[in-house]
Amino acid sequence: MPGAALANRPRCRLCLLLAWVAAAAGASANSAPAAAVTQAAPGVFVHIGALEDWGPANGGDVANTGFVVGSRCVAVIDTGGTPAVGQALRAAIEQATPLPVCYVINTHAHPDHMLGNVAFTSASASLDPGSDPAAPRFIASARFSRTLAAREPYYRNALQRDFGIALGPTAIVYPTLTVDSALDIDLGDRVLTLQAWPTAHTDNDLSVYDHRTRTLFASDLLFVQHLPVLDGSLRGWVSAMAVLQRLAVATVVPGHGPISRDWPAVMDVQGDYLNGLLRDTRSAIRNRLTIAQAIARIGVAPALTRPATNWLLTDRFHRRNVTAAYAELEWEEDEPAPATEPPRP
Amino acid sequence: MNTSTPLSDGRRPGLRRSAADCAAVCALVLLALGGAARAEIQTGQNPEASPIWQKVRASLFQSRPIAVATDEVISLDVPARAEDAAIVPIAIKTRLPQTAPRHIDKVYLIIDNNPSPISAIFQFTPLSGRADIETRVRIDEYTHVRVIAETSDGQLHMTTRFVKAAGGCSAPPGKDAQAALATLGRMKFRIEDEAPGRQSGQPVLAQLMISHPNNSGLAMDQVSRLFTPPHFVRQVRITYGGQLVMSADVDFSISENPNFRFYFLPRADAELKAEVVDSNDLRFESSLKYRRPE
Repeated sequence: MPGAALANRPRCRLCLLLAWVAAAAGASANSAPAAAVTQAAPGVFVHIGALEDWGPANGGDVANTGFVVGSRCVAVIDTGGTPAVGQALRAAIEQATPLPVCYVINTHAHPDHMLGNVAFTSASASLDPGSDPAAPRFIASARFSRTLAAREPYYRNALQRDFGIALGPTAIVYPTLTVDSALDIDLGDRVLTLQAWPTAHTDNDLSVYDHRTRTLFASDLLFVQHLPVLDGSLRGWVSAMAVLQRLAVATVVPGHGPISRDWPAVMDVQGDYLNGLLRDTRSAIRNRLTIAQAIARIGVAPALTRPATNWLLTDRFHRRNVTAAYAELEWEEDEPAPATEPPRP
Repeated sequence: MNTSTPLSDGRRPGLRRSAADCAAVCALVLLALGGAARAEIQTGQNPEASPIWQKVRASLFQSRPIAVATDEVISLDVPARAEDAAIVPIAIKTRLPQTAPRHIDKVYLIIDNNPSPISAIFQFTPLSGRADIETRVRIDEYTHVRVIAETSDGQLHMTTRFVKAAGGCSAPPGKDAQAALATLGRMKFRIEDEAPGRQSGQPVLAQLMISHPNNSGLAMDQVSRLFTPPHFVRQVRITYGGQLVMSADVDFSISENPNFRFYFLPRADAELKAEVVDSNDLRFESSLKYRRPE
């Protein structure tokens, strides 16, 4: 298919060069155009990514990102899908507040959420990241680094192949502080609770809760409009949702899709999909369908919630979800169900 | 119905090691080349020209002629797009009867742009009944996937499919590294078609599932800056009443929790046995008693 070849070729030499310069320099926020952000709650800013798959057509800007401003400093929650997306977020922060960024939180090790980290490695564009005492701390789940290390070569390859971006050796930034179960961070008169979850969307999910405004950054534990993508454990995700919905949340920021204040009802549509996937995949395995037959036959479960949402990106992700669900559930009969629930923030 | 026994004696002789060692060496030789040539192809045109294939062909088959396989010999079912780079189901189907005078002796599975292109070498016997195999592989990159059947009289037949990478956040390593290690070596082994109408003399389908992270060792530990050692299933050997039905020399191109569906030809009530060896010389066994229908 000649069309496919063209579509995957780097768009232009200049883009490639610019991307490399941005990655190599680490930070040059002054020149980057600022990302569009909305104030979801006082001092809580959100950038909404495109409801598309991570790719060059959208510049890799598909994940929701955000930042929370305290009286002392700023915490960034996810950094976007390329170094340039991270630069744009940094520029938006500098427009919103003169306070420094003290924490960069990664909610999980997927490329659309963390490849912008490199834009925050120093407090000032002129400083060497390694020698900068004011550089922010990078925080993630304790299981983030192992997962990212296993996948880093593939992310670099995808970035090169699909975007024409060659990352420098230190452009994939790992956490300097990790969360085993829960951690409170203080931004000055403002405490955020970071909660690490048992395997759900991925094996290293981390949610962020702002106590002052009761805003939950659910990240990819919640998809709205964008079909949920399973890369961890289907049973774990369903369990995590049951715990999540007991939280007192005024505003929720999903990993993909619009901000909502309809909590916990906003999770119902995702619940319908995931529970349907669980039920249909178990049934396929019980009826001795092979994985290929299950992928061919299991459709998107209809939403029980009214009004029903038409999921976006089902062609892209549903078959993948069935694949992952089948591989997990075929071992189920001699495994105990996951029983432990994480403590509430 | 079946038993699964991890065996701690890693030095026990008996299993044929030469083919596995060869596959491992070939894999290492090709590793560097595979890395360098990745990401160069975007379309499935001209599979013969693939530089990886040229190297593999020379190492496995030298200058022997390879015919283009018709579906009467061997066919390969694989999705055109790797939906999940970690788990791509493939089905190899054959049509030649597995008779003693002439049968399919070996089936080679080559994934050109994987870090280790020689992904599996399956051996079959007349006791296989049918030289079919289904399994799941890792495919992260645009690649040709090929199967080559070698008949007992030395002929080679190849069929090729082109698979597109999933891209995005899909990656070949598993989804839960901790969970994968916790159940290492557990197996599920069963007969798949216990239909009452089954005729004697027909091959019977069986499935072997092995809980194993099957990791490539290509990931660097961010603390130690050392590469984690690879740990993967390298050989699976199936016998029926003590005679070889199927053996597979495999590596980390096979997905986490390796899964094989294959046939055997039951002749009498006897034990169907699976022996598995991994790259750390850990050995696992599982067996089941097969009883022919009345």
